[in-house]
Amino acid sequence: MDEKIYGWWLPPDVSVHGAKIDQLMSVLHWFMALLFIGWGVFFVYCLIRFRARPGHVAMYTPVKGIATKYIEGFVVVVEILLLFGLSTPVWLAYKNNVPDAAKALHIRLVAEQFAWNFQYPGKDGKFGKSDPSLISGDNPLGVDPEDPSGKDDLVTVNQLHIPVNRPVIVAVSSKDVIHSFNIPVLRVKQDTIPGQQIPIWFEATQAGHFELACAQLCGLGHYRMRADVLIDTPEEFAKWAAENAPPPQEEPAAAAPEKK
Amino acid sequence: MTDHGHHELPFWRKYIFSVDHKVIGIQYAVTALVFLFFGFSLMMLMRWQLAYPGQPLPVFGKLLGETAMPGGVMAPEFYNQLGAMHGTIMVFLGVVPLAVGGFGNFVVPLQIGAPDMAFPRLNMVSYWVFLPGCILMLCSFLMPGGAAQSGWTSYPPLSDIAPSGQTVWCLAMVLIITSSLLGSINFIVTIVQLRAKGLSFWRLPFFVHAQLVTAFLLLLAFPPLEAATVMQIMDRVAGTSFFLPSGLVVSGEQLKVAGGGSPLLWQHLFWFLAHPEVYVLILPGMGIVAEVIANNTRKPLWGYRLLVYSVIFIGFMSFVVWAHHMFMTGMGTTMSTFFQTTTMIISIPSVVILTCFIMSLYGGNIRFTTPMLFATAFLPMFAIGGLTGLPLGLTAADIYLHDTFYVIGHFHYVVAPGTLFALFAGVYYWYPKATGRQLSDKLGKVHFWLSFVAINLVFMPMFFQGMAGLSRRLYDPTVYAHGRGVQALNVLISWGAWGLAIAQLPFIINFVMSLRAGARVAENPWHSTTLEWAAPSPPGHGNFLTEPVVYREPYEYSVPGKTKDYSPQFQAEG
Amino acid sequence: MSETVIPYMVKPHPVTGLPNGKLGIWLFLASEVMLFGALFSSYVLIRIGAPHWPPEGGLSSEILNVPLGTFNTAVLITSSITMVLAWASCKMGSLPRFKMWMSATVFLALVFLVVKYFEYSDKFHHDHFPSHDNFFAVYFLLTGLHGLHIVGGIVVNTFLLTAGSKMWQTDPEHFTNRVENAGLYWHFVDLVWIFLFPSLYLL
Repeated sequence: MDEKIYGWWLPPDVSVHGAKIDQLMSVLHWFMALLFIGWGVFFVYCLIRFRARPGHVAMYTPVKGIATKYIEGFVVVVEILLLFGLSTPVWLAYKNNVPDAAKALHIRLVAEQFAWNFQYPGKDGKFGKSDPSLISGDNPLGVDPEDPSGKDDLVTVNQLHIPVNRPVIVAVSSKDVIHSFNIPVLRVKQDTIPGQQIPIWFEATQAGHFELACAQLCGLGHYRMRADVLIDTPEEFAKWAAENAPPPQEEPAAAAPEKK
Repeated sequence: MTDHGHHELPFWRKYIFSVDHKVIGIQYAVTALVFLFFGFSLMMLMRWQLAYPGQPLPVFGKLLGETAMPGGVMAPEFYNQLGAMHGTIMVFLGVVPLAVGGFGNFVVPLQIGAPDMAFPRLNMVSYWVFLPGCILMLCSFLMPGGAAQSGWTSYPPLSDIAPSGQTVWCLAMVLIITSSLLGSINFIVTIVQLRAKGLSFWRLPFFVHAQLVTAFLLLLAFPPLEAATVMQIMDRVAGTSFFLPSGLVVSGEQLKVAGGGSPLLWQHLFWFLAHPEVYVLILPGMGIVAEVIANNTRKPLWGYRLLVYSVIFIGFMSFVVWAHHMFMTGMGTTMSTFFQTTTMIISIPSVVILTCFIMSLYGGNIRFTTPMLFATAFLPMFAIGGLTGLPLGLTAADIYLHDTFYVIGHFHYVVAPGTLFALFAGVYYWYPKATGRQLSDKLGKVHFWLSFVAINLVFMPMFFQGMAGLSRRLYDPTVYAHGRGVQALNVLISWGAWGLAIAQLPFIINFVMSLRAGARVAENPWHSTTLEWAAPSPPGHGNFLTEPVVYREPYEYSVPGKTKDYSPQFQAEG
Repeated sequence: MSETVIPYMVKPHPVTGLPNGKLGIWLFLASEVMLFGALFSSYVLIRIGAPHWPPEGGLSSEILNVPLGTFNTAVLITSSITMVLAWASCKMGSLPRFKMWMSATVFLALVFLVVKYFEYSDKFHHDHFPSHDNFFAVYFLLTGLHGLHIVGGIVVNTFLLTAGSKMWQTDPEHFTNRVENAGLYWHFVDLVWIFLFPSLYLL
């Protein structure tokens, strides 16, 4: 993993939707800087020009606020533009542009104290049923072994493999407390709320090895709730999926499937 | 309004269970200052772990015991306790009791020309419900498993399954909320009913307007949190599932509860209070800044009516923005667009208020006394805090910034170099009225400059940490590559925080020593115009020697044609 | 005893037309509206989030005792009437009448609590504790907090009946104001029940 990409500002954006978010951030901070410097200059000017000194007297009559009316008006207009011209469209696009379910890779995430459990549906494209009562040390998602759709499902812990240039839909949930699925370089964040399954989608534009960090206090292990995010080329991804798929079930169970 | 020749009260009724608003105000203020320093100390401990993760803390490490600091190294659960308690203590036991309980109680009756609050005994009860709440809150550290450790926000299910210190937190909050409710009733009735003759609504000092709006916020916003806290107590103690959905599995075991509850219900109830609460944190500070600026620019406040309308508008709007704290919970687009819009709208009156304050400097005859230094610094600091709220209030940017250090930087700028500086300004400004003595201006200036530099060293780097994606509440940020990328800033921030602690020493020394050694003052050492300066310093029972009458607006400074550059509200001759 | 004389404790303020205590009690009631509003809102959210209600099946009116609830509603409404009569007795200058009507109010409030005691113990007898499911959690939370408010009202009213009534000798107008304020609180507590009863027992 390349540490050098992480500095004191936004890390590189490797998502399809992230550019608009970064643009909004940039516009916002320029606007904030403009306001701060504008006010700041006037502020310092007043402090110096109107400091008490012998012979100096304050003005009782208020100065006319024509400039201030225009400045307030300007601030309101810019905020309206930011709200309805930038943020709302970006947010609505992010929320409403659900990728085509047929083309997307579906993943199920169940967060727990303190690990990320990912379930891939395997070749049949269907997730096997889960039941909380089946949850155990080597079955963190409680996948029902009787359910045929689940037999080719792949479960990983703290490792998220996704292919580049393909939409991914993750249905996030939690077993115990609220966690938050957060991948800075993909500009995604979604609280994982127990009792709910919330879909989140994104598409990676660049392969690489990145990080997932829990973004909601979840207990004493919150700080170490890290997962590796491996954005693979399609070939790498297919190879990984094949190598880690559970072996086809024959009557006497063969060696336990290897899970990375 | 003098005493009617009564016998002296016994010590315990004069100073302990006093019904005098001035004594109660000082009780609140001193208690709050102690808790501010305590809450700050909790953070100073945390800053060691953040700057030097996994390293034993010199000296204090061994003193805190093997459970909290095994081998002198902070345990993650202790870090979380320090975090939750730092937030809780600073907000509920520090800033609000000082701003409202302390300054509100002491100054408001004096500024409106009243002999005391409308319900003096209720006032006394308010304090004596508050103090046990504080002590109970402290006792939570002694519970098995430690104090509350689920953030000051106490989100379930985490808080529902947390160790017993969380229940103590809930009980302490019930006491503190009750105290606050009783106090807010007192403030509103006092301001509405007990104003001196001639003191109409539009002649009230801005400080009183700010306290009035604050009192309404406390009155109406706290009850839902009280309800939610009772529900959390029931979840924890009576086995209910208000906030617990079905099918929870904790540490491999299915949780044996009925289920059917919602963690989001807590969030809605909590933030319904906690958003107005942040305006409770800032409005009294703005009130103090207004008073100090008017007094030290020797001219009326610019846009007084605009300020009043803005603060009332903020009060109303603060009730309809709460879910901007919940944008990442899977909220639908309608709800999130609504809250985004109201959040943008509420930023406007804040911008107006800041502009009015800056415009008040224009044309002034500015005296840089210690209170004025703090009040002046408030302006750019509040500006930074307010401006950095914009990316957080816009959902698209909040996707990235939610629950990062950017949020911590944002709210600390508003509350630390914002409100806290305003409160310091208030202390330096009203200390002479309360004690009859001046604080040392030299020590005050040292306190100011050291604090100003240190506080910016602490909070400015946090914006960069947030932009780098660093999450909040991390015991060890170096687990993550993006955390390692900003770890150098953690060292800077920690040294800034320890420097900020040292910067408070001149203040503490000044505060204590000036009680005996400070220069004595008469009623109006700052040549101010508002009513509290008509009373003796310090005021006796009943406050004023003769019943005050108000003749003019609150900030008649530098009126043309007068010999003095101030025309107090309470002086008859024009 | 407070040493400073606070204006408008008894006589109303010339502009607002209210004595301090009356304004104070109305503000308190505003906060109580927010409290019970939050509780009712929570009930609504929990109920609409549930697949069916009551979670264990059947109807609320089958689980909760509607005749007893109806009786209690009548008891509280009557107690509000006796409360007004107590205040009216003060206005008309009769302390004995006041004591009679106020005693009736306190008595009716105690009857309410006794009925609730029977309702609660019946539930506990059948192992229906708040933890049983959210129907019971909500029921106990809302009626429990309401019950605490009834207890508070009983305490205040009993005080006015006993030690507090001494003020009638020195300042009858002030005492009457206190009775009026206690009455406003009592009517509010009654009103909350009038919302609680149908939403918990009937709907």
